[in-house]
Amino acid sequence: MNNKFNIISLIIFFLFINYSFADEKIKRIDKVSKNLRCLICQGQSVYDSQSEFALSIRDLIIKKIDEGETDDEIYDYLKVKYGDWIIYDPKFDKNTILLWLIPLILFIFGGLLIFRKVIIIK
Amino acid sequence: MVNKKIKLFLILSSLIFIFFTFYLGLNKNNYYTTENIVYKKIENFESYEFFSNKKISFKNISPDKKYIILNIWSSWCLPCRKEHKNLIKLRENIKVDLIGLNYKDKFENAKSFLSELGNPYDIILKDKNGLISIEIGAYGVPETYLINNINKKIIKKYLGPINEENVKEIQSLAKQ
Repeated sequence: MNNKFNIISLIIFFLFINYSFADEKIKRIDKVSKNLRCLICQGQSVYDSQSEFALSIRDLIIKKIDEGETDDEIYDYLKVKYGDWIIYDPKFDKNTILLWLIPLILFIFGGLLIFRKVIIIK
Repeated sequence: MVNKKIKLFLILSSLIFIFFTFYLGLNKNNYYTTENIVYKKIENFESYEFFSNKKISFKNISPDKKYIILNIWSSWCLPCRKEHKNLIKLRENIKVDLIGLNYKDKFENAKSFLSELGNPYDIILKDKNGLISIEIGAYGVPETYLINNINKKIIKKYLGPINEENVKEIQSLAKQ
């Protein structure tokens, strides 16, 4: 009786492990494909699109994850093939420095203006 | 007074900056294409020959040729049908090997496509799940690449069906 119980709990345990690993993998595939632009679609990510291109990219993500590559390695691989445009989240480098810094500069500038106004009113 | 001048200067200079940013943006082509991503090396990949199903390495293809042309095609792709006569014309007038990459296709359909329209290819490779096309950096079908076969670098890319002008251009590029 006890033995049976052990076996059943072992099976449930392994099923659960398998299930949670599979779940984890699907989550990663979704996360990576949401951050990739479907280059032949209008305003769709690889995650959203059902085009042949997007389906192939998803197959590639699965293959790369199975090979043990990290998300960044997958992004870098695709960047070499298709250019920076394929990634939604642009990395901080000399080409994107203005893009990242202008909101910050405007924020500080605006903050200074408000600060000065408040001080002057007081 | 001085403060006012500084303010005026700041406002004017930011207006000019914004104007020129948008003005330059107007002239910039915002249509993204990978056509300009050339001179990149195609990493070696393995595939299967279309008819014999024999395993082939990309690095071992046409070892005696200086250039090769790679054409990605599929029987379900309408523009490929349109481009096919130009591929045949290209093959007739050139000493370079034409390699076909059959993209996500069914064998029977592809075979009847070739028997109907003719087979211009020296070798046809299979790309069952589209992963080889991504390795090359392709969007889909049809796409044509002129490749330096010695260092495997892409010299020129044609997205979409090639026309007669492209055929002439490929012929003159591959003669050099």
